[in-house]
Amino acid sequence: MSFAKALRCKECGKTYPVEANHVCEMCFGPLEVDYDYEGIRASISRASIARGPLSIWRYADLLPVDSTNRVDLGAGFTPLVRAERLGAALGLRDLWIKNDTLNPTGSFKDRVVSVALSKARELGFKVAACASTGNLANSVAAHAAWANMDSYVFIPADLERAKVITTTVYGGTVVAIDGNYDDVNRLCAEITSDEPTWAFVNVNVRSYYSEGSKTLAFEVAEQLGWKAPDHIVVPVGSGSQLTKIYKGFQELYRVGLLDEEPHVRISGAQPDGCSPVATAFREGHEFVKPVRPHTIAKSLAIGNPADGHYALDVVRSTGGSFESATDEEIKAAIRLLASSEGIFAETAGGVTIATLQKLAKSGVIEPDERVVAYVTGNGLKTVEALAPDSEVSATIPPSLEAFAEFRNAREKTQGER
Amino acid sequence: MAVVIRIPAQLRSLTGGEGELSFADHDDVGQVLEELTAQFPELGSRIFDESGEVRRFVNIFVADEDIRFSGGLRCAIKPGQTVSIVPAVAGG
Repeated sequence: MSFAKALRCKECGKTYPVEANHVCEMCFGPLEVDYDYEGIRASISRASIARGPLSIWRYADLLPVDSTNRVDLGAGFTPLVRAERLGAALGLRDLWIKNDTLNPTGSFKDRVVSVALSKARELGFKVAACASTGNLANSVAAHAAWANMDSYVFIPADLERAKVITTTVYGGTVVAIDGNYDDVNRLCAEITSDEPTWAFVNVNVRSYYSEGSKTLAFEVAEQLGWKAPDHIVVPVGSGSQLTKIYKGFQELYRVGLLDEEPHVRISGAQPDGCSPVATAFREGHEFVKPVRPHTIAKSLAIGNPADGHYALDVVRSTGGSFESATDEEIKAAIRLLASSEGIFAETAGGVTIATLQKLAKSGVIEPDERVVAYVTGNGLKTVEALAPDSEVSATIPPSLEAFAEFRNAREKTQGER
Repeated sequence: MAVVIRIPAQLRSLTGGEGELSFADHDDVGQVLEELTAQFPELGSRIFDESGEVRRFVNIFVADEDIRFSGGLRCAIKPGQTVSIVPAVAGG
């Protein structure tokens, strides 16, 4: 049995039973899972976690799923790597990358979907659905296929081709909508009202879905020897992931897995072409004003972020900051991460690294802070962003002479530099 | 012609289970919502906060466009258009 005891409205505090419900009927605030933390504290230990599977499910006590019959493709427990070369380039002496590109479908969404569909199946749903900017589409289609559930995935019609292919391959129903992500999301929220038997992972089972992102905090702390980092940089689309990583570190302390209360500074990363939360931060606003997105970082192109103001609260209260990056800066940052650490990130990862770079340069991130940058999606999904500037060094005939000629010419130009 | 308001599942207990309601034409969406909440007073406190503003987790659309981009409650409404009331949802 899980330790989830209720759903609680983040706005007015009203509680609801642990069912398929995501919105407070009094004030429309989002519902969040509340746990019996005393029970978890008594049950969990570093040793019990170490005995668990090498996946998000090693932290099952802190997740809202009762059954051990999970929808599990093996999400989580991705590498946390020391980034010495990138750190040297940015003037950071203790930089780490959480490489979440190495999930079953190539993004952190496998964490949230594994939780959402495990819960959905437990609640009796037979159909999995979502509104997606691509990564969620891949993950829902894959997990639904494995779980033998029908799937309906709704995407904006201008989504990257690679993300369409990496969704349709799993065989579910994929519907493109003439509009942006916010249009898709609005439509799905309305469909949810008419199709109560469908589990829309980011709508009616969202309260469970979003809990999966806490594992990004759990793993980092465990991989650092049960210590929280000083500063983290997290990409912001809807703002859900950032707020849940914060919740994750707090919970670890609350249940006794961290010796000291964590004081993690949390900074957010957004693309210039869709930066409603970063803008509110810069301008000192309490509220996030929706925008119309136009960016190559399509996985972050959410103009009306549902958890935007919670993300703003977390960043402000932890002493973090926000930065945003242009399309050109995003592409340069993708190349910088790849050429220094051998990690190929999608455009959202470029946003994170570009933001890290700016925060290091401006001194917001201090040189000796232990920093973790969350790189949450695989670059193979967004190759189109780099395609126009990706040329081979030369095309030559299959002869040693031709190669020698190429080498000579190349050494000459490099020597001249 | 009339204006249709789509009610989300969370509020249908207050409209006798109705998901769509028709109202006479008005100039702006604020006036239509006023008529809605006059008919179903309990809806008023769900959609609006104490200061009369739309609650921050409530999104209102006229003909599929977020009214935040088109004048808020003063957003003009044409005969035959649909008003949708939609709770905010998480990203993906």
